[in-house]
Amino acid sequence: MTITRRGLLAGSVGALALGATSACGGVSGSGNDADKGDKGDTGSLSTQGFGKPDDVGQARIDAFKSAYPNVQLAINEGDFDPQQFLSAVASGNAPSLVYLNRDLVGSYAAQGAIQPLDDHLATAGIKTGDYREAAIKEVTIDGKVYGVPEFYNTRNILVNGAALQEVGLTLADVSTTDWNKLHTVATKLYKASGGGIARIGFDPKLPEFLPLWAKANGADLVNPDGAPNLDDPKIIEALTYALSLINEQGGWSKFKAFRDTWDLFGAGNQFVKNQAGAFPWEGWYVNVLVQSSPKVDLQSVPFTDKQGTPISFENGSAWCLPKGAKNPAAAINWMKVMTSTDTWLKAGAARQATVEKNNSIFTGLFTANPSADEQIKAKHVKPGQTGFHKAIENYYASTGYAFAIPGSKAGSEIKAAWQDAVNRALSGQQKPDAAMKQAQADASKAFSAAK
Amino acid sequence: MAVTTANVATRKVLPGGARPTRNWREIRAAYGFISLWIVGFLVFTLGPMIASLVLSFTDYNAIDSPEGVGVANYRELVADPKVAKALGNTLIYAVLYVPTAMVVALILAMVLNRVGRASGFFRTVFYLPVMTPTVAVGALFLLLLNGQEGLLNRTLRLVGITGPNWTTDTNWVKPGLVITMLWSLGGTVVIYLAALRQVPKDLYEAAEMDGANAWTKFRKVTVPMISGALFFTLIVQTIAALQMFDQAYTMFFGAQQNSTYSNEAALFYVIYLFQQAFRFLHMGYASALAWLLFLIILIITAVQVRVSRRFVYYEGEKD
Repeated sequence: MTITRRGLLAGSVGALALGATSACGGVSGSGNDADKGDKGDTGSLSTQGFGKPDDVGQARIDAFKSAYPNVQLAINEGDFDPQQFLSAVASGNAPSLVYLNRDLVGSYAAQGAIQPLDDHLATAGIKTGDYREAAIKEVTIDGKVYGVPEFYNTRNILVNGAALQEVGLTLADVSTTDWNKLHTVATKLYKASGGGIARIGFDPKLPEFLPLWAKANGADLVNPDGAPNLDDPKIIEALTYALSLINEQGGWSKFKAFRDTWDLFGAGNQFVKNQAGAFPWEGWYVNVLVQSSPKVDLQSVPFTDKQGTPISFENGSAWCLPKGAKNPAAAINWMKVMTSTDTWLKAGAARQATVEKNNSIFTGLFTANPSADEQIKAKHVKPGQTGFHKAIENYYASTGYAFAIPGSKAGSEIKAAWQDAVNRALSGQQKPDAAMKQAQADASKAFSAAK
Repeated sequence: MAVTTANVATRKVLPGGARPTRNWREIRAAYGFISLWIVGFLVFTLGPMIASLVLSFTDYNAIDSPEGVGVANYRELVADPKVAKALGNTLIYAVLYVPTAMVVALILAMVLNRVGRASGFFRTVFYLPVMTPTVAVGALFLLLLNGQEGLLNRTLRLVGITGPNWTTDTNWVKPGLVITMLWSLGGTVVIYLAALRQVPKDLYEAAEMDGANAWTKFRKVTVPMISGALFFTLIVQTIAALQMFDQAYTMFFGAQQNSTYSNEAALFYVIYLFQQAFRFLHMGYASALAWLLFLIILIITAVQVRVSRRFVYYEGEKD
């Protein structure tokens, strides 16, 4: 019987451990009244979610330290951890700043975990018009701005020139304008070997790039008011099409297993090993490739809609002010300094120094500050005729037309709903039609329930 | 005087005529030693359990104060298809994992039991994987179980078998996870080994004199004599299987911010509970989910205890 009691105890402890953490009480008040009127040039400033800073991050931290030498910085170097963040907010120990993906901002805003910034931004003289419109849309919920956007990741199609040459195709053949032709191109680039896959011809990058395929087919996953639009027939059609590309290249199970073997960040990456034909990807990957395998024949083209118009999908990070944040004035100063044009120029110079040290090429800094991007590009990005240079140029161009999924008070739930739906369709558990309809039902319920 | 005699007569008398006396010093010392545990239990287990029960009847997001909603959370979980899905996944996994783990651990323990001097070394070797962080185990087995280049399928190919896509094929995700979890079986192996060492040798000798072969000795002597340990691990492994989280989350759901790929075949109950609590901030609903799991574990354990009465032999117990 002792054993049984132990078992039950272990069960109850384990089963309730997660739910029990919610035993912490609620938090009253927003911000620290004592800090009102403070210039934010003293005291301590803590962050969560910033990660381990690289040369670009460190240069901006140094810029802040130089501008506010009397502010004591405590940078938590881990990535954003919702459990850690919520526990901190709920227990009244919120950090001064939290750094998270912009697509999470809506849900945290709706739950009251982060504060609207409009008044703070006005006081600090931060103009939202100085940031890219798409990024600001992502952090605007019910007309209020909840975050200051930082990086700006767009998508283009990266192409393996060696694979193209091998099968007798040209870069012009790799286009998402004509979906029938793309089938042929994908099949031609695809290579099987001994029951497995030797090369993926065209990877549509599901589930994460569904918004891009939907847009190419003329639909958005989220309406401008933040409501989900997941069962739009055009979205279902786009998913069905993208899924068919995968099914023609071995099917999801083999496709994913093979893709998991790619050494994305290493010298033996999928370009070097000729394991990939073409796929859409974020701009930062060019910087990875230029360091790990600068000799590969990298080519690129914009993702286009069915009319041939270039489209791109952007996302990135934002700085937000948690509920109960201490020293909000210093936090706003941090947001201002970290995203100002001057600071980005310093970061650009730091990256240039790294580039020179590594005898590499500057692949661009893509931020939500268009003025900074323009000046950094003019100063550090060298024109050239190589595939890498063309890819950098394409990514800069895409910052001008990229779209974002609008911020929504049920942003997390909507994202989870469509990603789960795509995963169900990919694994064959549901047809795209049924999967997206279920996703719409789930997301609508969450959107209605959001405060 | 008569009353006193009567009182004395009703007191328990120990063999040899000695009467038990309360040693308050010893009792105080005993409570002193367990007081830390009691405080820990009250603060970190019972308190949160009660709070969780209360919160399960509220709408709570960890930021604002909870608002009472009656049994709405429980009603919702009955209607939530993902609860049924997650429960189904969890039960199937438990049915696959628990017997497999017990059989494999018993085989390993029996092999270890035959190893002479090197037994201590091998015990350590078998137990070491238990010390590996579970997240690392998950990440490692994503590589080992990869359908195309994983070590397992490469090995199978050597003997002419085309292995399945353990990590991407919906039908093979759970068996893949069972294999992953077998990596950390050292604790069970050590328990079985200890139990095997307690089986009296004369029972085997007696069985041999009666003409029993190895299989008969195993069935008629070994299994009954270690049935207590088998029962203990059955309960512990069942509870652990019903609470499957770390490895499955690492392998199929990843970091909350960056994860896009997931597989609903690996959506276990505690993963769903975690998502509700920390991804969507539905703490009240997550608390209700926790209590449902508690009840399920309670029922399953009670059934196991009931059934075990017929099969488990405790040495020293009266027949």
